[in-house]
Amino acid sequence: MMKITETSNTRFGRYGGQFVPETLMQPLKELAEAYGRLKEDPEFRRELSGLLTDYAGRPTPLYLARSLSRELGRKVYLKREDLVHGGAHKLNNVLGQALVAKEMGKTRLIAETGAGQHGVAAAMVGANLGLETEIYMGEVDIERQKMNVYRMELLGAKVIPVRSGSRTLKDAINEAMRDWAGSYENTHYLMGTVAGAHPYPLMVRELQSVIGTEAREQILKAEGKLPDSVAACVGGGSNAMGIFSGFLADDTKLIAVEAGGRGTSHDDKIADHGACLNLGKEGVLHGAMTKILQDPYGQILESYSVAAGLDYPGVGPELAHLAEVGRVTPAIADDETALEGFRRLSVLEGIIPALESSHAVGYALNNPRALGEVSIINLSGRGDKDLTTVMEFEGRCGR
Amino acid sequence: MKLAEAFENRPLLIAYICAGDPTPESTPEIVELLAKAGADVVELGLPHSDPIADGPVIQAAAQRAIEAGMNTDVYFEMASRVGADIPLVFMGYYNMIYQRGLDKFAKDCAKSGITGLIVPDLPPVEAGPLREACRKADVDLIYLVAPNTSAERVPYVAESSSGFLYLVARSGVTGARAEVLSSTKALIERVKTDLPKAVGFGISTPEQAAEVIRAGADAAIVGSACVDLISRGDIDGLEELIRGMKAAILKARPVEVTARI
Repeated sequence: MMKITETSNTRFGRYGGQFVPETLMQPLKELAEAYGRLKEDPEFRRELSGLLTDYAGRPTPLYLARSLSRELGRKVYLKREDLVHGGAHKLNNVLGQALVAKEMGKTRLIAETGAGQHGVAAAMVGANLGLETEIYMGEVDIERQKMNVYRMELLGAKVIPVRSGSRTLKDAINEAMRDWAGSYENTHYLMGTVAGAHPYPLMVRELQSVIGTEAREQILKAEGKLPDSVAACVGGGSNAMGIFSGFLADDTKLIAVEAGGRGTSHDDKIADHGACLNLGKEGVLHGAMTKILQDPYGQILESYSVAAGLDYPGVGPELAHLAEVGRVTPAIADDETALEGFRRLSVLEGIIPALESSHAVGYALNNPRALGEVSIINLSGRGDKDLTTVMEFEGRCGR
Repeated sequence: MKLAEAFENRPLLIAYICAGDPTPESTPEIVELLAKAGADVVELGLPHSDPIADGPVIQAAAQRAIEAGMNTDVYFEMASRVGADIPLVFMGYYNMIYQRGLDKFAKDCAKSGITGLIVPDLPPVEAGPLREACRKADVDLIYLVAPNTSAERVPYVAESSSGFLYLVARSGVTGARAEVLSSTKALIERVKTDLPKAVGFGISTPEQAAEVIRAGADAAIVGSACVDLISRGDIDGLEELIRGMKAAILKARPVEVTARI
C-alpha cells in the first residue's frame, strides 16, 4: 500500500500551505485551533451528528443501480448524496463549519458559490442557526443559476454579485477572502470546497468524510468486500475527497473525474476545461500551492465547464498530492459525456443527477472496464437545478 | 539606490503604481514624475489576474494593464528603463514569481534596478525559498505586519524582513479610507524593530500621511490614490498629490539624517 505523507501539518506533500496576506494569518490560526479542539469535543460531535441525521437526512443510501449495472456488465452502486437536504453533499461541510463558527462567537457567515449549491446550503444553515449570511456569486453564475439565487434569497441570505475578473467562482472566492480580511472579528468564511489555505482543505475533507465512512460500511454490508473502484467528479474536490477518504487506506481504485468542457486546449485567457489534475501546473491560488490552470507568467486562466460546480481553475491540494503519488487516478469527461450521463441515468434509474455528478456517470458509461467488477459512483447532487442549462445546451446543439 | 541608503533621510514618501497602466510605455515616465514630485521610493506593482489583497481601484488597474499587454518580461524591461535614481520596489503576488523561478526572478530584479520585493500573499512561514533567492541576488524581501498580528508574532515577522517593515494600517484590502484609525497609531507604537517602519493601506491624503509620520512611522505609503488619478488621466493631480504629501510629512517631522548602520 502506498504511503500518504504530510510533511508538515499545513501541507499534503508539496501541496497546500498558507499563501495568504498577513491579515488572514491570525483568523486562520484561530479557526484551526477552534476546529481542532471542537472536533474532539463530545458535545460538539453529538450536536453535529444530530443535525446530520435529523436536518440533513443522513445516512444517505448506497443504491445498487440495477439497470445501469446491467448496461455496463458490472455492479455499480450510487452513493445518494443527491438525497441530502438541499440536494447535494454541500450541507455536510456547511453544518460542521457553521457550528464551529457559532462556537467561536461569530455572528455572520460569508460564502462563495459557483453553481449555487454551496450557497444554498450556507443559506439554509444560516437560517437554521440564526446567523446573518452573505453569499458571493459571480455575475455569470448568477445569470446561469437564477433558481438557486432565488432559493438563497428566500432562505434569508443576501447574494452579492461579483463583477471582477471572470465573474465566476474563482472571483467569488477572491471577493470572499477580501471581505474576510476586513470582517474576521465577527465573520466566519465558510469555504465550500477542499481548496484554500490550511485548515480549509483538511477541515472540509474531514467534514465530508462522513460520505466515505458510510459508503465503506454500506458496501461491506452489501457485498461483503470492498469495491474495486470509487468514482467522483472533481471541481475543487469536496465530494471526491469526502468519499475517497473512506477508502484511502484500501486498495480500491479512486477515480477523480474532471471537467473536460469543450476540449483540452486553451487560449491566452480561457481554458476550454476545468481539468487541473490532468492538465494544470503547480502554482498558488486562493492560499494554497496546488495544480492550477495558468498562463506561462502565472496569470490564472478562466476555466470552462457546462457544470458550474466544476468550473474552477484550481483543485484541492490534497487531491494534487494524491494524484502525484498515484493514489488517485485523474480522468476527464467532457460536456457531451456529462450530458450523456445526465440523460442515461435519468432514463435508466429514474434519477436526475446534477451536471457535476453526471461527469462521473458519463465517465463510467464510456469506460466500464476501468471500474472493475464492483464500483461506487458518488452521486454528489441532484439535477433539478440544471434543467434550464441542459435545455439550452440541447437547443444549441440542435437536438 | 538601495533602500537602506534611501532611509538615511527620514521620513520618506513611498508611492505605489500599477505597472503597465494605462500602457507599459507610460510607466517609466510616471515613475520619473513621481520621483520629481517628491516620492523617495516607488513600488511597481506587477498586475495579477487574482489580486486578493487589493481593493477595487488596484484590481481594475491590474485588469487594464494585463489587457494592455503587461507581463513579467515587459515589467523588467520597463523597470530597467526608469531614469530616476530612487529605489524601485517590486510588489506582486507569489504565483507570478514562482512561475518565473525564484532565483531568476530575484536576479531579474537586481538587474533591472529593483532593490526590494513586497509579496502580499507570502507570509514568512512560506517564504523560505524566496528569501534565499533574494539573499543571493542581494535584494530586500519586505514583510508585512497587520493590526491583528499577535504580539508574539511581530518579532518573528520583523526579524525575517529586510529593507523596511510594512505596517498594514488596517484590516481589509487596499483602498482609500476616510480617516487614520487609532489602532494604526497603536500598531506603529507597539511594533519594535530596528528596521524602518513604513505604513500603508488606506492612506490617500497629505493629512493622513502626516498623521502616521507624527505617530512614529518612518515612511508613508500611498497607493490606490495614485492609481485612481492615473486611471482618470489626471497626471497633474498625481504630481500635486505627491507634492502635497511630501510637504505634509516633512512638516510633520523635519528630516532627520540617520547614520548608516
